[in-house]
Amino acid sequence: MSDWLMEPFRHPFNQRAVLAALLIGLTNGYASAFVVLRKSALKVGSLSHALLPGIAVAILVAGLNHWSVFLGSLFAALLVGLGSLAVSRGSRLDHDSALAILYTAAFSGGIILLRRLGVVQEMEQWLFGNIMGLRDSDLWTNFWISFVALGTLTALHRPLLMTLFDAEVAATLGVPVRALNYLLLALLIVVLISSLQAVGCILALGLLVTPAATVYLLTDSTNAMFWGGSLLGGLAAAFAVLAGWWLNIEQGPAIVLVLGVVFLIAFLFGPKYGLLHRLRHARFGVR
Amino acid sequence: MTHPTHESCAHCGHHHELRVEDLRVSYRNVEALRDVSFATSCGACVALIGPNGAGKSTLLKAVAGLLPVAAGRILWRGTKVAKWSREIAYLPQRENVDWQFPITVRGVVRMGRYPQAGWWRPFSAADEEAIGRAIELMGLADLGDRQISQLSGGQQQRVFLARALAQEAHVLLLDEPFTGLDRNSKAGLAITLRDLTEEGRLVIAAHHDMDTVRDIYDEVLLLNRRAIAFGPLAEVFTEAGLEETFGSLPTDGKEVA
Repeated sequence: MSDWLMEPFRHPFNQRAVLAALLIGLTNGYASAFVVLRKSALKVGSLSHALLPGIAVAILVAGLNHWSVFLGSLFAALLVGLGSLAVSRGSRLDHDSALAILYTAAFSGGIILLRRLGVVQEMEQWLFGNIMGLRDSDLWTNFWISFVALGTLTALHRPLLMTLFDAEVAATLGVPVRALNYLLLALLIVVLISSLQAVGCILALGLLVTPAATVYLLTDSTNAMFWGGSLLGGLAAAFAVLAGWWLNIEQGPAIVLVLGVVFLIAFLFGPKYGLLHRLRHARFGVR
Repeated sequence: MTHPTHESCAHCGHHHELRVEDLRVSYRNVEALRDVSFATSCGACVALIGPNGAGKSTLLKAVAGLLPVAAGRILWRGTKVAKWSREIAYLPQRENVDWQFPITVRGVVRMGRYPQAGWWRPFSAADEEAIGRAIELMGLADLGDRQISQLSGGQQQRVFLARALAQEAHVLLLDEPFTGLDRNSKAGLAITLRDLTEEGRLVIAAHHDMDTVRDIYDEVLLLNRRAIAFGPLAEVFTEAGLEETFGSLPTDGKEVA
């Protein structure tokens, strides 16, 4: 039994995967509070799809390496994000429709291009992740991405929080709301990219929404939402990688599934905002 | 109109004037306000009265520096209102606030000190004192750690007033502060607005309950896309003025003299 439990820790690629999951989970968990408070989960989901064509073009232009993938996907997501704003402002179309059009078109282009590049075997990896395939250098790239993103988000915590709570009031208190919104968008894309290798561009959204959403159902404290989300993201991701090994299931989906299960528990059994609590109190007519 | 404290602000000893001159505001290409001129000063409580879509919110936002001014100008203490000013506090309509946001009463009030504390500096003793005093003044001392959805409507309104006080704002711009409050909360808020006015602050509120205008305000601006009339309550808040503003008498305005 203990052999079975300890087995995952014997292999360097597994240790690396656990470490990476911890790192990615912490960063995504922290950033997920911004996504949830900003109520922009679907927008972020669209942008995560837009990473794929960026990877394809980057491989085509500069070959496959950390920085080409990072810059390519960042550029593609920014292009789709800003392009959708330009389309909605320059026409009578709403922003969500514009975003849907651009990201699905870009995603399709990415699939077609990736197939032509002769990297078909990697397609699934970009879509659904491959955390066991991480190398030391990948870990370092992730570390730096997380460091920069988390550092900036914590440094700008005050003005960002004011913008999220009430953008108009924030503006009357001297916060440069528009600039911060763009910066936040860029940082969220960067965080998405950090989890690209681990969970892929389709599942990345789960990691960037679920942790803080879960904590949101348990607390009224802003700080708890950020740091609790971070802690939950890190621990759940690390645990899922181990569980994936023990139960022989894919680690990427395992991470998102574990988070989903934790969310469901909070949704049902949360002491204050849980469904059961609410039902019980509704029956007795107390709030 | 000679209000006892109208000459100077009791809390700073100066006389401060807010002057709006030929203001025009447009959204994209649609004109929302034109030819709005009025001048008022600290120690006055001003009602903005007009039908829905008359531009009451637009005027408040323009004074708060939230909207670009297409023509004319807004002067506060003799200088043009730039993008924002710490001395001007804007209180949004209650329905525009995300009450489920995970933040406490104290957390909202603390936001009022961000202009002083900046983006990174920890709050100083003076900041903490101002926050505590504002919470105390608004009668929220026991509710500091409450999440903001767990308050009554009147308390919610006072949280935002406390934020404005922590900010040490001279001008308070309120968008329909009485909407959705019960009778007691309305009476309480009216007293609070009067107290803030007596202190020498300039309170400007969009208001639509014609029955209570006389109890709260000193001055009235009748607005319908343009300024219909501005002046002391007794001169402006008349049947003729309201008829011109609303096209006909507002349904709840029967008691108007």
